[in-house]
Amino acid sequence: MFEAILLTVITAATPLVIAALGELVTERAGVLNLGVEGMMIMGAVCAFAATQMTGSPYIGIVAGIVGGGLFSLLFGFLTLTLVANQVATGLALTILGLGISGQLGESFVGQPGIKLQPIVIPLLSDIPFFGRVLFAQDLTFYLSIALVIGINWFLFKSRRGLKLRAIGDNHGSAHALGINVIRTRYLAVLFGGACAGLAGAQLSLVYTPQWVENMSAGRGWIALALVVFASWRPWRVLAGGYLFGAVTIGQLHAQAFGIGIPSQVLSALPYVATIVVLIIISHNRRTTLINTPASLGKAFVPDR
Amino acid sequence: MTFSESEQAASLLSVRGLTKLFGDFAACSGIDLDIAPGEIHALLGENGAGKSTLVKMLFGVLQPSGGQIVWQGNPLTIGSPGEARQLGIGMVFQHFSLFEALTVAENIALSLDPKTPLAKIAEEAASLSKAYGLPLDPYAHVADLSVGERQRIEIVRALLQNPKLIILDEPTSVLTPQEADRLFETLFKLKSEGRSVLYISHRLEEVRRICDRATVLRHGKVTGACDPRQETPASLARMMVGTEVAAVHRDETVALGDVQLDVTDLTVKARSPFAVSLKNISMRVRAGEILAIAGIAGNGQSELFDALSGEYPVADDDRIKVRGKSVGRTGINGRRLLGASFVPEERHGHAAVPGMSLTDNLLLARSQPDRKAFLSGGLASIVRSGAIRLATKRICQQMDVRKSGENPLAGSLSGGNLQKFVVGRELDRQPSIMIVNQPTWGVDAGAASRIRQALIDLAKSGSAVVVISQDLDEIFEVATNIAVISEGKLSEPHPVGSLSLERIGLMMGGIHESHSIPDAMPSSPEATHAH
Repeated sequence: MFEAILLTVITAATPLVIAALGELVTERAGVLNLGVEGMMIMGAVCAFAATQMTGSPYIGIVAGIVGGGLFSLLFGFLTLTLVANQVATGLALTILGLGISGQLGESFVGQPGIKLQPIVIPLLSDIPFFGRVLFAQDLTFYLSIALVIGINWFLFKSRRGLKLRAIGDNHGSAHALGINVIRTRYLAVLFGGACAGLAGAQLSLVYTPQWVENMSAGRGWIALALVVFASWRPWRVLAGGYLFGAVTIGQLHAQAFGIGIPSQVLSALPYVATIVVLIIISHNRRTTLINTPASLGKAFVPDR
Repeated sequence: MTFSESEQAASLLSVRGLTKLFGDFAACSGIDLDIAPGEIHALLGENGAGKSTLVKMLFGVLQPSGGQIVWQGNPLTIGSPGEARQLGIGMVFQHFSLFEALTVAENIALSLDPKTPLAKIAEEAASLSKAYGLPLDPYAHVADLSVGERQRIEIVRALLQNPKLIILDEPTSVLTPQEADRLFETLFKLKSEGRSVLYISHRLEEVRRICDRATVLRHGKVTGACDPRQETPASLARMMVGTEVAAVHRDETVALGDVQLDVTDLTVKARSPFAVSLKNISMRVRAGEILAIAGIAGNGQSELFDALSGEYPVADDDRIKVRGKSVGRTGINGRRLLGASFVPEERHGHAAVPGMSLTDNLLLARSQPDRKAFLSGGLASIVRSGAIRLATKRICQQMDVRKSGENPLAGSLSGGNLQKFVVGRELDRQPSIMIVNQPTWGVDAGAASRIRQALIDLAKSGSAVVVISQDLDEIFEVATNIAVISEGKLSEPHPVGSLSLERIGLMMGGIHESHSIPDAMPSSPEATHAH
């Protein structure tokens, strides 16, 4: 019973963590892409379509990453090359993504999907209690953990990560130092899109292996909020994602038990709990100040 | 070509007819400049004369509209700062290109070989900075450092790149005389190693002391090239501004009135691990008095200003009294309403919002204390734009603020002109108490003398003035009484006549050796020179 609950928590948290990590990298470079929801749903539909056509969910995963990534390049072109407003473009990207994915996925509605199968790691998965939960998961879970470790290392230990943070803090100074601001931001946006696409693929291949219009159901927005409340730190994103997943699953079980609390209040609980906890984590003003990308959302035009 | 082959070969850097147009406006027009190997070359000019534009072109930040750059005999274009650095050109910017969210070591690492590990950079930076008398904690976040300390990073960063030509834009404006002396020793050492220095400064004495040649710019054109040691400060200033710089006039016979600002035993804990705690600070400033607070960057000046202005109110209401009223817990606007005015150190983003027009900046600072003049309609607070425009015009006229257009963005003004506007904005209220932090930092001689004169006139008209400054010449020019701040403690005030420049310098300098660097820091100056 407990193991089953843990498994559902992981499945619910993984797409949030992956999408939020991608957006974290984008925002650390100073770009605010509010189109996470749109890129996620594009990833979901591309992954589902590719899986149906080839029969391989792994090709589906790749298609999801490519779909989300290509879609983010549209955002990159508009905001970085044409210097359009990032907030407006991001919102438009979400609306566009929801529309296009509905169109693309029309013929797949109601088709039974192919579920991405777990990869059972021998020996480790035999560890009592935690073994099955942690080492008999599908590829997306392993990727999400690898991404947390990898991104944390990249941002805070590698020189490229330092440059990326420098651009997010002060793109004018970064440019003056000879760092290629636009190219780095394109890569950061592309990475964010690819992660959102992967998160979308998890939805249509693992979470509920089928295609339903609007199946991202606001998870892109939660991922965006996670990034801010996690004060742009990868490990906090992981913690926040799992907290959200846990409370979501917990309140579903509470509803099933028939606790005398209105279901609407219970449904709101994951949001409230995540925000409260992450506010408490980020109460240290100085840490927040030092982690917040100062040029977030500001347009960069070299020279004058 | 107007220059001979031999001249071209002898110069490290030659510039011929360099021009930069912004629309119709020529920021630089037909600039000629030659820098020989192993020379310290001064670039003189008022704010807005085109010095910054010129050095930005030399460093690859801006691309010239016309003309030629010749480096070691080869004509070339410098496409980016990265290319400039590869050629061997290092730059210390006037407006620091630092990243506040990163540590000192990370900031330095960004402009170095990516293969060098961060720990090694931190170690090298610490020892190099110590060797050059510019102590730095490599693991401090820049956000926690003062302007003076930030400049040290810039200097150390440029030196670590081992450049053939190092461009320094106003490097000594935040250093004490002792620190400046040590920097000059550094520059002489660089020179003896055969490196060249392009030295931009408003401090004419300094240029005469250390520079071999000087090129003077005015309105984007070269107006003179000379050996500064053959000139007097006055003759250099004439070349620079075209007219004689007005000397500051002071009436020594002003009688002091009642105490306007009264601070008793003020103690404030440091807000961050790298900030300075204020310890038992007491001062009384009377009407007609200018109390100047001298000190080295990062000894509690910004913390003191924050407490005096109410930016960070203090717990005990009675510690600070403005015209007899206890205001320790009162915020900035509450203190303004009692007749106080404040000019913080940073012009961009603190004293003024760069992305907003001058009228908006005026309204932001004065909408509360001068509500009647600028807002109407009671609670509706309708902005009286006509009155604000008039006031802005009046201020610009009084302070001689030079700007393009009627109401430009604050950020488009040059540093000196924006500072004149900010000071003028506060003076225009005729405050009975005026507190200014670094009033003329990075400001050209003409603007500085205007600001100082305005402060003296304000005191003469019966206001109490506090000037926090690192510029000792300025302090001696304006002060009635001088106190020295060091490690968060303020000395007794001394009448200006009773102190010599040297004595104050020593009072400030006796402690700063051990200030910003932990004892555990490795100190091997020789090791750093070898790299």
